[in-house]
Amino acid sequence: MDHARATTVGADALARPRAATVERVVERRRRPFDWGALVVHALLIASIAVIAFPLYYAFVISTQEVSEVIQKPPRLLPSSHLIENYAEAWRRSHMGRLLVNSSIVAVAVAVGKIAISMLSAFAIVYFRFRGSSFVFWMIFVTLMLPIPVRILPTYEVIGSLGWLNSYAGLTVPLMASATATFLFRQFYLTVPNELAEAAQIDGAGPLRFLWSFLLPLSWANIAALFVVLFIYGWNEYFWPLLITNTEEMRTVVIGLERLIPRSGTELPTWNLIMAGAMMALLPPVAVIVFMQRWFVKGLIESEK
Amino acid sequence: MKRTVFPNRWLPYLLVLPQVAVTIVFFFWPAANSLYLSAFKSPPFGGAGIFVGLQNFVALLTDPEYYESVVNSFVFSGGVTAVSVVAGLVVATLANQKIRGLGIYRTMLLWPYGIAPAVAGIIFLFIFHPAYGILPYFLSFVTAYEFNWLLKGWVAMALVIGATAWTHVGYNIAFFLAGLQAIPTSVMEAASVDGASPVRRFTAIIVPLISPVTFYLVVVNMVSSFFGSFGVIHAVTHGGPGGATEIMVYKLWKDGFIGLNLGSSAAQSVLLMGLVIGMTMLQFRFAEKKVTY
Repeated sequence: MDHARATTVGADALARPRAATVERVVERRRRPFDWGALVVHALLIASIAVIAFPLYYAFVISTQEVSEVIQKPPRLLPSSHLIENYAEAWRRSHMGRLLVNSSIVAVAVAVGKIAISMLSAFAIVYFRFRGSSFVFWMIFVTLMLPIPVRILPTYEVIGSLGWLNSYAGLTVPLMASATATFLFRQFYLTVPNELAEAAQIDGAGPLRFLWSFLLPLSWANIAALFVVLFIYGWNEYFWPLLITNTEEMRTVVIGLERLIPRSGTELPTWNLIMAGAMMALLPPVAVIVFMQRWFVKGLIESEK
Repeated sequence: MKRTVFPNRWLPYLLVLPQVAVTIVFFFWPAANSLYLSAFKSPPFGGAGIFVGLQNFVALLTDPEYYESVVNSFVFSGGVTAVSVVAGLVVATLANQKIRGLGIYRTMLLWPYGIAPAVAGIIFLFIFHPAYGILPYFLSFVTAYEFNWLLKGWVAMALVIGATAWTHVGYNIAFFLAGLQAIPTSVMEAASVDGASPVRRFTAIIVPLISPVTFYLVVVNMVSSFFGSFGVIHAVTHGGPGGATEIMVYKLWKDGFIGLNLGSSAAQSVLLMGLVIGMTMLQFRFAEKKVTY
C-alpha cells in the first residue's frame, strides 16, 4: 500500500518537477522535523550494515595479504592486494572452468525447467486428455521427493545412463519442476478464453497458438522464473557433488571447498578463499540486484 | 467456465512427455528403489544384497547416533527458521514505513538470497575462525570462554545456523514486505489516532494480521533448511565436532557414500520421505490461509 503511494508520488514528481519541488519545500518548512523518519532510516541502515557485514568482511579479507589476515586486532579496511589475490585464487581453483560449468548448469537448468513446465502446463490447460489429472498429480508429488530421499538409486540411474561427469547428468535430473508448472498453469488460466477461440477460428493450430500467442504473453513470468531458477541452479550443491568426481566437471560452489586448509600444516590462505568466495557469489547476487523486479515477482509467484 | 480446448488426441501426451519422463526416471523410479533398497543389507565386498526386512529400520531406530542426527536436524532448522523469520519480519516492518528511498533499501536487503549456503558457510567459517576470526576475537574481551567451533559443538551449530539464516533472510523480507503492503493503511492510521505507540502497533496489529505469511514462511524455511542444507554442513563442519552438526541429510549421504552402508542409507531416505510428505501436507493444508486475510 505504502509502496504504491510512494511510486505515485514519484510519478507526479517526474511529471511536474518544479511544482513538486515547491510543494516539498513548503511542506518541509511547515512541518516540524520528522524525527520518526530519521529513526527508521537509522534502523534500516543499521540492519543493512548487519546483513552486509559478512560480505564486506569477506571482501576486505580478499584484498589483504596473509600477514594482514592473521594480524590482531583484525584489520577491517581493504588493503592493496586485490588483483594478485583474485588472480592467484583464479589460478589455483581453476576458477575459469568452475565458472563456465556453473553458468552452463544454471542456464540449462533454468531454461530446461521453464521449457518443459510451459509445455506440460499448456497440455494440462488447453487439452482434454485421458490421464491429465494423473500427470498433474505426478508433477505435484515431485515436491515431496527432494534429492536426499532418492539419493542412492538416482545415482545408480545416472551411472547406468553413463551420465556421471557430464552436463546432461548435472542438469536433466533437476529439470522437473512442480512450482514452474503450477505457475504457468495458473497464468494460462487467466488468459481470456476468447484468445484461444479466436486463434482456432483463424485456423491456428495448438503449437502455433502456443508460439505466437501464449509465449509473447508469458515473457514476464519467464523472466521472473528465470532469475529464481538460475540462482537455484547456480547454488545447487548436493547434486553436482554426487555425480561429478573430476576437476573439469566441478561447479564453483563445490570447487571452493577444496581451497580451505583442513590441516594445521597448510598456510592459512584465507585471503585466497575469500577471493574465491567473492567470485562464486557475485554472479547470482548480481542477477538479483540487476533483475530485482523480476526476482521479487518470481519469488512470490512461484510459491503460490 | 468451460475452457476452449484443442481437439488433438496425441499432441498433449507429446507435450507432457519431457516432464513425465524426467519425473519417472529421476523421481519415481529412484524413490521406489529407495523403498526396495531399505529392505536389504549390502555385503561389505559388493555382490547382491541380502533381504533383511525391516531390520535396517530397527537398527536405525535403536541407534542413539541416529536420534542425535534427528535432534540436530530439528535444532538446526528450528534455529535457522527462528532467526531468519524474526529478523525478516523486523526488517520488513522497518522497510514498510512511509519513507524515501524504499527501493534502494529493498535492493540492499534482498541480495543475500543469491548466496549459496555453502559459500555463506565458508565466509562464516572465517568469521568464527578460532585463531583469526573477528567474532572470537571480540568475544575474548567479554568472556574467557573458549569460543572455538572445532571444540564446542554448539558453537559449530551456531556457525552453520548463522550462515544459513543469512541466506534465508532476504527471502523472508521479500514475503513479509508483500504481506505488509496488503495490510490496509486505514487500520494502522486508526490505531495511530487511538494513540497506539509504534511498538504496540507492531505487536497488536501487524503481527496478528501477518500471521498467515509467518506460518507459510515458518514451514518453507523449516523444509528448505531441513532438506537443502547438505552443502553448508559438507563445506564447513563435515558434521563435526563429534557429530554435533551431523544433520539427517548429511548422515544419510555419509553412511551411503562414505560408509557404503547402502541399506541403512536407503532406510534413512525412507524415513526422511515420510517427514517431507508430512511437512508438504502441512504446507498445502494451510496454503489457502496465506492469501486471504
